Amino acid sequence: MKKILVMASMVLFGVVLFAQESNTGNKLPSVIIKSLDGNSFNTRDISNDGKPIMISFWALWCKPCKLEMDAYNENYAEWVDKTGVKIYAVSIDDARSTAKVLPFVSGKGWTMEMLLDPNGDFKRAMSVNMIPHTFILNGNGEVVYQHTSYYEGLEDEIFEIIQKVAAGENPNE
Amino acid sequence: MKKTLLTITAFLVIGISLNAQEFLEKSEVHGSFETDGMFYQADNALGITDSLINGKNFGFNAFADIIYTLGDFTAGFRYEAYAPPIAGFDPQLEGQGFPYLWATYATEKYSFTVGNFYEQFGNGMVLRTYQEWTLGYDNSLNGVRIIAKPVKGVILKGVYGTQRFFWNKWEKNARGIVKGVDAELNFNDVFASMADSKLKLTLGGSAVSKYQVDNNPSYKMPQNVAAFAGRFNVGLGKFNFTSEYAYKINDPSAVNNYIFKDGQGLVFTGSYSTAGLGLFAMFKRYDNMSYKSDQSVTGNALHINYLPALTEDHIYMLASMYPYATQPNGEIGFQIQVNYKIPKDTWIGGKYGAGLSVNFSQINDIDRQKAHDTAGINQSGTLGYKSDFFKFGKDVFNRDLTVAINKKFSKKVKGVFTLINQEYNQAVVLGHTGEPNVKANIAIVDMTYKFTSNKALRGEFQGLWTKEDKQDWAAILLEYTISPHWFFSVADQYNYGNEIKANRLHYYTGSFGYTYQTTRIAVTYGRQREGVVCVGGVCRQVPASNGFSITLSSNF
Repeated sequence: MKKILVMASMVLFGVVLFAQESNTGNKLPSVIIKSLDGNSFNTRDISNDGKPIMISFWALWCKPCKLEMDAYNENYAEWVDKTGVKIYAVSIDDARSTAKVLPFVSGKGWTMEMLLDPNGDFKRAMSVNMIPHTFILNGNGEVVYQHTSYYEGLEDEIFEIIQKVAAGENPNE
Repeated sequence: MKKTLLTITAFLVIGISLNAQEFLEKSEVHGSFETDGMFYQADNALGITDSLINGKNFGFNAFADIIYTLGDFTAGFRYEAYAPPIAGFDPQLEGQGFPYLWATYATEKYSFTVGNFYEQFGNGMVLRTYQEWTLGYDNSLNGVRIIAKPVKGVILKGVYGTQRFFWNKWEKNARGIVKGVDAELNFNDVFASMADSKLKLTLGGSAVSKYQVDNNPSYKMPQNVAAFAGRFNVGLGKFNFTSEYAYKINDPSAVNNYIFKDGQGLVFTGSYSTAGLGLFAMFKRYDNMSYKSDQSVTGNALHINYLPALTEDHIYMLASMYPYATQPNGEIGFQIQVNYKIPKDTWIGGKYGAGLSVNFSQINDIDRQKAHDTAGINQSGTLGYKSDFFKFGKDVFNRDLTVAINKKFSKKVKGVFTLINQEYNQAVVLGHTGEPNVKANIAIVDMTYKFTSNKALRGEFQGLWTKEDKQDWAAILLEYTISPHWFFSVADQYNYGNEIKANRLHYYTGSFGYTYQTTRIAVTYGRQREGVVCVGGVCRQVPASNGFSITLSSNF
């Protein structure tokens, strides 16, 4: 009986899965996380007046994440100027170091929007396995591109995608 | 489990039969999966012989996690398989099934979850359930959770359930039942007069209780063990202060040697942040704070609360040779950190500016004095010990001074330079009784050279010097990356200073990986050094091994 139920569920999930285009169209889930000043923040409030949005998951213990954030921050002013993109950096540091995120970010001089996800609730809702993991959303708040891992120079590819999204094109074509 | 599945299936079936087209348009499915495989081979130098492997030369961990959304309704499951678990993961994980099945109905003001869930009250000092795949750790609650947000700035939570314990089904009179409530109040949202105040204030409080039937043959155990916590978060301009205090009634267990003492925990942090400068300081004290839903279980399972190691989290190979793990039975310590952006056009800053970070932390045993004239300290069945709250005990558990400078020299060259001085109590942290504290110096140079806009070579050169344990080490790592798809790396850790010549081993590895958007495959071949892997506050022992490992991960 249990097996049949499991099978039935999986088949139905499969139907829905193939009925939609992979990787695109999903909207942001509603998850309560924290802003840097300790207040709660609903992830459904992530918005940017119809312009592209980037959400990047990182942590203090993740070296490539910090390199990626450095690279984004270095280019951020130019990207905003050309595309209007807004970057949300979501730290998944747990209680070990959540209080260290704010002084670290200040010391780095990063200017992106910062959020804290100390128990990985938003990470789990977004099906993120490993970090760094970056999502790009179009003006309607739909996920249109995702990437995991960071190597030197990834920012150039990311900027191309943001430009396409800002121009209303499908970045996967 | 059957009920949750039935609910999910019923919703799907109803949805489809109502209006297939509309259902498909409004439904969203996404998920992720990962498989980690490992093939072992004999390596006599590491003490791994064919007879030790005994035909079990394969380890395999995998999961698939699916989330389905239809409007305010969300449901999901995770399938896991360990066939058998990779070396270093708990052997009790062997098996497969659906340990995580859930459904949530959530509106603006209310959220209702049945099945398995992860939850954290405050900083987790009295309740935190979470999952960490890389450690094989999962203490999810299976039951019911209600979250209410009656007005803006107020969050109320209630949870009830039993915890995951590998694949063991919960049975009556076995491990305990966990109940908890939490309330959080943000003054700036609740009181209109504070809406624009420079003072940002959040207060919170939790109460948790576990019920476990007394089946201990030697002692009369408390069947209900309650824990309480209160916390605040105060922001005032560039200053930010957080604190949480927790109190737990007496909770004799296998972890604390069955003493009937109450427990306390206190964490206080303060920080100052301004553009280019961040200062951080913290104090913490844990006293008899292990809190599990089964008194007789030790090890990394059934923790109700979370006690992170509040030390610098090291990333480099040799710097993480001696990772500290929290001592829940008692520790006291502090940590200070400075992050500073050295301006451009200065001696160190140069043309691009540079970053400086300094971290110091020290953790000692708490003060322990006899609680009874007739019984020794920590004797089973007694109150254990008395302790002066703010006094540091004599034993140093961990001390760490880390200084790092990162600097960009030109458009093509950048580097990170790190110096670390560590003291590490292997007798207490690793149970190597009688061994002296390790006192080590570590130096790391990490240079990156960018050939073109997407091709770069990174090299790490590391040294660790100590008279204790296995003495001196050197390590090198070279990594070539072609963004956004490829990486290739080779690394070697060499125990060149080992007093025993036969143990002067090389731990070499070679690996490469390919990433396409969110799909990543990585292959590694080589020797794995015996050690401890820690993520967040939980650690697992990894035995030495030699062989191939393959990881495939993706999401959609």
